[in-house]
Amino acid sequence: MFINLFRALRRHGIPVTFNEWMLLQEALGANLADSSLTRFYHLARAILVKTEGHFDRFDQAFLECFGHIESSDELIARIVERLAQLPPLELTEEEKRLVEELDLEEVRGRFLDRLRNQDDEEHVGGNQAIGVRGRSPFGAWGYNPAGVRIGQDVGRHRRAVQIAEKRSFRNYRDDVALDTRTIKTVLGYMRQVVREGPKESLDVEGTVRATCRNAGELEFVWERARRKRIKLMLLMDAGGTMTPHAELVSRLFSAARDLVKNLKFYYFHNCVYQELYTDIAQMTPVATRKVLEQTPRDTRVILVGDAYMAPSELLHPNGAIDFWYRNDRPGIEWLRDIRKRFRKVLWLNPEPREWWSSVPTTRLIESLFPMHELTLEGMRRGTRALMKQ
Amino acid sequence: MNRFKGTGSYILSDSLKEIVNAAIVLGRPLLIKGEPGTGKTELAQVIAEDLGLRLIRWNIKSTTKANEGLYVYDTVQRLNDSRFHDKDVSDIRQYIRFGGLGEALRSEEQVVLLIDEIDKADLEFPNDLLYELDQMRFDVVETGDHFRARHRPIVMITSNSEKELPDAFLRRCLFHYIEFPDPEMMERIARVHYPDLERKLVAQVVARFYQVRERRDLKKRPSTSELLDWIQAIVAGGIGERELTRRLPFLGVLLKTEEDLASVTR
Repeated sequence: MFINLFRALRRHGIPVTFNEWMLLQEALGANLADSSLTRFYHLARAILVKTEGHFDRFDQAFLECFGHIESSDELIARIVERLAQLPPLELTEEEKRLVEELDLEEVRGRFLDRLRNQDDEEHVGGNQAIGVRGRSPFGAWGYNPAGVRIGQDVGRHRRAVQIAEKRSFRNYRDDVALDTRTIKTVLGYMRQVVREGPKESLDVEGTVRATCRNAGELEFVWERARRKRIKLMLLMDAGGTMTPHAELVSRLFSAARDLVKNLKFYYFHNCVYQELYTDIAQMTPVATRKVLEQTPRDTRVILVGDAYMAPSELLHPNGAIDFWYRNDRPGIEWLRDIRKRFRKVLWLNPEPREWWSSVPTTRLIESLFPMHELTLEGMRRGTRALMKQ
Repeated sequence: MNRFKGTGSYILSDSLKEIVNAAIVLGRPLLIKGEPGTGKTELAQVIAEDLGLRLIRWNIKSTTKANEGLYVYDTVQRLNDSRFHDKDVSDIRQYIRFGGLGEALRSEEQVVLLIDEIDKADLEFPNDLLYELDQMRFDVVETGDHFRARHRPIVMITSNSEKELPDAFLRRCLFHYIEFPDPEMMERIARVHYPDLERKLVAQVVARFYQVRERRDLKKRPSTSELLDWIQAIVAGGIGERELTRRLPFLGVLLKTEEDLASVTR
């Protein structure tokens, strides 16, 4: 059932598996959706989607499959609503009795009967008595074999299609949502646990082994505690073209600072030359050479920048954007030095990937560093690669 | 089959109610995520109360190993006992300490098992639970005892998404994300906790709360529990709705970092 939803989900990049799909079928078999599209929406989402980052894609896929229909529960709710809105004068005595005596199912049944008996082209007529003066763009209610179709005006109830239409999880999309917390989650992948420091925690296994060797005389074995350790260096572009991304970069920075004790960070201006800056506002310089020499080789290095500059800034001596700045070596050589010094490097680019190939300097730098988008998805891929390299 | 209906003091959406019931019927663990303070942990408590079942909590820490959830063989205690000859150490069973998952699978009646903050543990941790959660059985290798759940426990798992969970684990769970309550729902929550408070005041406090919360520059956004504390402070301080429109008293209750305080008061 609903195999088109399965296809749509896969098409939107939600990794639905066959097993999950079968579980949904089982749930439908157990009548958990209770023939309600709204319940089906929540049920399917709970079973098929495992991260709020994909909820928005689910909404889109759901709309593609079900956006054009409105389900029976909506129909009932709407009829009740319309009946409530109906001015009493428009009700004949017979209709009033109907409303009072019949339960909803019956009202609905009769209502549909009436609609069926109507001319399909003329959507106005006897149905008005039941209070269906749809204010939809199409003017009235109609019946079609695929299901009941009612206009597009918005009701007060949360209905499946409308929930999907609202796409309230748009901000949770993993290619959009980038607050400090989510960044931390992604960078959390870099957390590395190693044993170091003084031997202060009891090694139970070792104690048992040593005591057995000691013929039952208790002998304690101590080991070093597990500590989080990762060395990370952030090099951030603070050049003019980065201004629109400044807030994003600062969020990345504060996430990294919270997460990694051993964090070094420097700024550069468009491209790295012989000096890096510890403070971008004050332009406090340190020699790049010195930074490279003093930072251990196993430090992981993340460069953040749009890699967007004039080719001369990257390739020529004295090409720096700042007129008074003199650099004997072109930027690209400094970048090569960074690449050579550290095995584990990553370049995060806030510009969308599609643009990269059209910028010559981006292309050049991309050939030097593994480059990923500065999005949740990009950082996830990037940090994974960074840990594996 | 007992159906979970929800109780008065815990306000939850219909969709979550349905998903809890779906998880029970399908016998799958339910993974709950959501911002801090949206009541993830309380949900298990409410389910247990509502269905009249025992709740077993297994709180996960960064050092927790999957095996500890089943049982721990307290070798050190046994070793210690053996030195003084005052206990019979040949019975290993008295040194087997069952963890939350072990207790749940051993239980004679159906229980609700809460695995709280699963993301705290090691990345591979959830994968180590797969067999037991699927098969609902485990062995104690030291004694050769075999346990199998008579009634599938209702398993609730919470995560603060500090780490990502492995796909294989996720595939077996149902998933729900508790959205941060909208103002309307928040008012209901506040009124459940402070039933005697004037409606207008509650509405005003909630409105002001969302004004603070919606600010984009906040490092840490206040959550439900901070709002409830704030209400208490406002009531204790005898502050009326008029005054609330003019200023934001006791901001320190809502905002926990100096930067946030500075940016809001500025």
